[in-house]
Amino acid sequence: MASIIVDNRTYAVDERKNLLAACLGIGLNLPYFCWHPAMGSVGACRQCAVKQFKDEHDRCGRLVMACMTPASDGTRVSIDDPEAKAFRASVIELLMVNHPHDCPVCDEGGECHLQDMTVMTGHVYRRYRFPKRTHRNQDLGPFISHEMNRCIQCYRCVRFYRDHAGGRDFNVFGAHDALYFGRERDGTLENEFSGNLVEVCPTGVFTDKTLFHHYTRKWDLQSAQSICPHCSLGCNTTAGERYGILRRITNRFNSRVNGHFLCDRGRFGYEYVNSDNRIKRALLRPELDRTKPAKPEGVPQVLEVAADRLRRARGIVGIGSPRASLETNVALRSLVGPHQFFLGIDEHEHRLLSTILNILRSGPVPAASIQDAEESDAVLVLGEDLLNDAPRLALALLQSVRQQPMERADELNIPRWDDAAVRNVVQDRQGPLFVAGYRRTWLHDYATGTYFGAPDDVARLGFAVAGTIGADAPSVPDLTDEVRDLAQRIADALTQAKRPLIIAGTGSGSHATIEAAANVAWALHQRGKQPRLSFVLPDCNSLGLALLGGGSLNEAFDSISQGKADTVIVLESDLYRRAEQAKVDAFFDAAKTVMAIDSLEHRTTAHADVLLPAATYSESDGTLVNEEGRAQRFYQVFVPDGDIVESWRWLRDLARAESQEADGVSGVATWCNFDDAVADTAAAVPEFARIGEVAPSAGFRLVGQKVPRQPDRYSGRTSMLSHLTVHEPPPPTDPDTPLAFSMEGYRGPVPSPLIPQFWSPGWNSIQALNKYQEEVGGPLREEMPGLRLIEPVATKAPFWFTAIPRPFQSPPHQWLLLPLSAVFGSEELSSRSPAIAERISEPFMSLHPSEGARLSLEDRITIELALQGTTYRLAVHLDPSMPAGTAGISLVPDVSGVRLPAWVDLSEAIKAGRKRRVA
Amino acid sequence: MERPLTRYIHPDGSPRLLREYVKDGGYRSLHGLAAGMGPKDLQRLVGESGLRGRGGGGFPTGNKWSFVPMGPDASKPKYIVANADEMEPGTFKDRILMEGDPHGLVEGMLMAGYALDAEVGYIFLRGEYHRSAQRLTQAIAEAYAEGYLGKPLPGTTFRFDLHLHASAGRYICGEETALLNALEGKRAIPRAKPPYPQTAGLWGQPTIVQNVETLYNLPHIVNHGSAWYHNLSRSNDGGTKIYGISGRVTHPGWWELPLGTTARELLEQHAGGMFHGVSFRGLLPGGASTAFLTEEHLDLPMDFSSIPPQVGRLGTGTMIVLDDQTCPVGFVLNLEKFFARESCGWCTPCREGLPWVARILESFEEGRATDDDLALLDMHAELLGPGHTFCALAPGAMAPLQSALKYFRDDFVRHISMGRCPWSNKPAQLRVLV
Amino acid sequence: MLTDIERHELEDALKHYPDKRAGAIDALLIVQRRRGWISDDSLLDIAQFLGMTGDDVDSIATFYNLIFRKPVGRHVAFLCDSISCWIMGYEQVRAQIKKHYDIDLGQTTRDGRLTCLPIACLGHCERAPAMMIDQDVYGNVTPEKVETIVEKYK
Repeated sequence: MASIIVDNRTYAVDERKNLLAACLGIGLNLPYFCWHPAMGSVGACRQCAVKQFKDEHDRCGRLVMACMTPASDGTRVSIDDPEAKAFRASVIELLMVNHPHDCPVCDEGGECHLQDMTVMTGHVYRRYRFPKRTHRNQDLGPFISHEMNRCIQCYRCVRFYRDHAGGRDFNVFGAHDALYFGRERDGTLENEFSGNLVEVCPTGVFTDKTLFHHYTRKWDLQSAQSICPHCSLGCNTTAGERYGILRRITNRFNSRVNGHFLCDRGRFGYEYVNSDNRIKRALLRPELDRTKPAKPEGVPQVLEVAADRLRRARGIVGIGSPRASLETNVALRSLVGPHQFFLGIDEHEHRLLSTILNILRSGPVPAASIQDAEESDAVLVLGEDLLNDAPRLALALLQSVRQQPMERADELNIPRWDDAAVRNVVQDRQGPLFVAGYRRTWLHDYATGTYFGAPDDVARLGFAVAGTIGADAPSVPDLTDEVRDLAQRIADALTQAKRPLIIAGTGSGSHATIEAAANVAWALHQRGKQPRLSFVLPDCNSLGLALLGGGSLNEAFDSISQGKADTVIVLESDLYRRAEQAKVDAFFDAAKTVMAIDSLEHRTTAHADVLLPAATYSESDGTLVNEEGRAQRFYQVFVPDGDIVESWRWLRDLARAESQEADGVSGVATWCNFDDAVADTAAAVPEFARIGEVAPSAGFRLVGQKVPRQPDRYSGRTSMLSHLTVHEPPPPTDPDTPLAFSMEGYRGPVPSPLIPQFWSPGWNSIQALNKYQEEVGGPLREEMPGLRLIEPVATKAPFWFTAIPRPFQSPPHQWLLLPLSAVFGSEELSSRSPAIAERISEPFMSLHPSEGARLSLEDRITIELALQGTTYRLAVHLDPSMPAGTAGISLVPDVSGVRLPAWVDLSEAIKAGRKRRVA
Repeated sequence: MERPLTRYIHPDGSPRLLREYVKDGGYRSLHGLAAGMGPKDLQRLVGESGLRGRGGGGFPTGNKWSFVPMGPDASKPKYIVANADEMEPGTFKDRILMEGDPHGLVEGMLMAGYALDAEVGYIFLRGEYHRSAQRLTQAIAEAYAEGYLGKPLPGTTFRFDLHLHASAGRYICGEETALLNALEGKRAIPRAKPPYPQTAGLWGQPTIVQNVETLYNLPHIVNHGSAWYHNLSRSNDGGTKIYGISGRVTHPGWWELPLGTTARELLEQHAGGMFHGVSFRGLLPGGASTAFLTEEHLDLPMDFSSIPPQVGRLGTGTMIVLDDQTCPVGFVLNLEKFFARESCGWCTPCREGLPWVARILESFEEGRATDDDLALLDMHAELLGPGHTFCALAPGAMAPLQSALKYFRDDFVRHISMGRCPWSNKPAQLRVLV
Repeated sequence: MLTDIERHELEDALKHYPDKRAGAIDALLIVQRRRGWISDDSLLDIAQFLGMTGDDVDSIATFYNLIFRKPVGRHVAFLCDSISCWIMGYEQVRAQIKKHYDIDLGQTTRDGRLTCLPIACLGHCERAPAMMIDQDVYGNVTPEKVETIVEKYK
């Protein structure tokens, strides 16, 4: 710690910080633009000027930029010094020279850092009386609106997009006062993290285009903490609602998980909540006659019919969902009983998940958080396509490759926050990142070593690395020289690193790569290293479901086909995405009654005899377990209209209705509020025991009050419903959380999950985050960053995985079809959001050019492929990174039912596809 | 009087090529190295000579070199960069040297490279200097052919490679760290300091950036020793200097003279005084980014230490003369337009402040200025001053403005009161008072 | 696509740098020398050759003064508008060009022969006012001399 003197008061601060961060950390207001807590200082905007004095006798002092000055011991500065204040006001005046002052029509208005800083410096009167420069704006695609005239040239956008997020299709153009931040020509921003520009930009140059379509000011948003449901990483978000419409998603800082940034799927995937395809009423098929469509009925009647069916059922199959909360799944499990509860994932995925869970539970190596990944100094990725399956983790790796080169800057005593200086020293030097898989993405451009091979070969490389590192780890026979050399290079890099990280997962559907990753990590552990493991999983609650336990979907199918049960409850799941169409069809046909609880119409809900409208994540509370094993709570943001309630409440009502005539009720039927759900979840499996500690329970109060979800300045409350009633109805009650659907309540420091949105007087933009942290960039005050449910207890590897696959070779006339996931398109819910849907590519099949030649397929032609009983129209992409003997199929909505990996005779499948088309 | 820097330059401006250069004593400094002068010896010699950087900053060269990591553990490669991006308005001294004596630069680069054990050199040449480019290219080719470049120097293990890089044009490239970015093929934005180029410069490696004229001095220091060099000057700083004068003087031109020659001697003896019928009002001693000197300063020795800091600085030593037939406001407007256009656009005060200043000055010239505008000029002169901006461009731009506001304030006021430029015959602007 | 000559020249230039991308400025100058200016297509040609994106290269191209992102005439006259030339009457030269060729700074004659551009100090201050046509510098230019000079460039 260093002690610094600011305006004659002494403060203890971290000497590794710069003065700006230190001042903000101790709660002082100092304006800034170009500095960003995650991106450091570059000294461009000159806004954070303070006066620095040599010692207590120095009366003159000199202006310094706080962001470029280390907070070293004894530093003496003044923020209030008149010259410093005048300078800061002048800088704002200069920034405002060309600013259009269009706040009333600007989407940033009310949460604009430029507004806040202008008010903070006290600049009021305009003295510039010459024409302003103007720019033409660009169409940057469905996510981002562009209004260059508002630009104050802080360079944050280009630093984020290019330096931090690795994007190459965005830049700064021109020089002097004619600068332009955008693309070389109009077009969609291709980077998967472009949405962060909205928050990185201190004013309204880059704004959220999806918000624009249903615009609401920040102060009119009812907000709460959410957990992104669109992949397995569990990034924290703040969801904002007004008039029953979910308006937008913003990043929500969590020091262990997503930090300051989100991916575009997470930010723009929310609009399915507002979809016309939402199920809003309880539906019932008349007389349960399958020839008739389900129709809306009164809730009591639907429940009564459903309960009657349940009571008369020969057996009930409950199918849980990896995209539903723990509590909801536990509710179903309680209703149908553990033996009739199935996980809603196929046998293959079930096995992969079990292996991963086993590795994390019984092995000595802990799972990595995203922040751990960011700080890793050597990374091996086995078989995962991170940019498409876990984008935020890919963003972390882009930072991890700078860890080793940054040690050079450390040697030169350049502090890490001095971003421009560090980058000059680091230049293009990259720390070790090895990516092995069967598909090239732009992340490979940042890798120090790449390997393309079928999953079995990728696994062999992994086993070879483990065999090289670990004394007694099984080694791989008959390796080619090339692979042996690469394995040696990888092994060297990992063993020389301080914080190595191994990433694998379910993405390629390969069991062997997962085991290989465990061997590598365990071998490193055996060598006394402190490695971490990260397994990318398919869904936002895959690991939670795996922990809960239950049979696979195939077992559920068997249960019906073998006549053990005749009634099905499908919870928040489209089974057609999870099993082959014919099998699902047969399953539903065989079931006497099909009940479904979900939020969006899909092929499965079309089969439901009883269909209950489920709340989405923004309309309910729940706990999700991310791929790291971190349990995190999402909170209800608003009360939906129609019959929509939380799935667990439907299940409770079903349970109650079913057991009406029985003697007593137990389990889910007894649940009154969310706390009850949490309590039963905690009791479900030992790992969940402390699940109640994830976030404050419903009874939590501060000064006897709840925490309001609506901001101080929420407008129009008394007249919002005036088109329905002249009376002002009381706000809805919330029995489930310490939050209120209201403006009234406790305003002050609260445990982090209860922060409705980041705001502080004078800090209306997301930069208000500073005010919620003890130390800038550090954890939130009273941070509850989720609870890790799995920590290693073993001190050494329990065993080695020895099932090393043989070198990949495709049998004659057989191709291994592999899944190619898409950041926009492969995840079910986000794909139903219009902005994301616009970014979904046409379905395609990727092949090595030599395979294309073998099959007489040219690049970019369209083929018809008969696969697992369905014919798909696919574009052909010849891609030299695809291994021979394989073909990749893009998992976009039109192709979502395909089960991969699978062996197929492509020449036959294409022929059959053409034939079927003709018929 | 000795004129080492220009001794190889033909009076007609034609280049001195290798054979002639060697015959006249060129590349003789290599013998000194072969005779056992080590890098450290050379560094010491230059330090003792009192050589100061001729690019305008006047930083002692020996001192600058002392920050370069030496020895077997030093990060390799190290680079020497000749800053030949001569673009300071009013400055043409480097062009004279490079066009007339291209081998002098090659030899100077060799000396610097040897002293710092840097194996690669770049000449960062202004794109518009086509003739210099042509002659340097030829000189470099000759030096390679002769084995001065690309092979170990006789009697040493030191081998030096030299490349010419033509710039695509930007004044800011003259700032040494912006120059490094330009050389790396990036936008020429100045870099944060520290780290200084000596430890982390070109591609993150130890680098010395040196003005062309400075480099020309090195072979002579090696050949004749530091005492000889020091005695060339009339001041504490060693050597001769190429001075120049442009504007309405009888004989505009350039001269190599002892450092410390007075402005009066330059103006009256060498440039032959003012044009017939015009009189002297002031001069910028070394390019557009230096402050005005007036009659009272003419007897100051023109060196790096004699001009009091509150008055100004020498800069490049190529002077621009303001006469009484030229409007000082228009003069400053021309400079500020230049600086506004050449700002790199990185930091706020420079990017936004300079165009504002230029526009205000324009309104003076158009007769639309008010007293408020004069106050705004005063404000900017402070606001864009040293330490307030990322690099020295804006403070440099404010030097002539601030001094003009001091020495020629009456002329600014007359623009306001007359509603037109007193030097222009355009009618006064009608003023509408609101 | 870059022509063989362009590629050859560029490969030569790249030998000077440890990093391919450092050749971006050389590439722009080389291609411009052959094609007169840098069109969007030329930009992408360069980007492709250097393993960069159009955005990478354009950011550099638009920063520097001597890279033309708009078409210019067969010859380019650079008028030095800096201080010494301004004192010595560059504006009269500019007026003469405007009068005689009907082009002001930033404009091209109708027949595509000549583009007139301002340029910062050409370093010929002792012979002000100075102008440069293509690669040739002329000093002590007077309005009377303008036509004789320009007529050399057809």
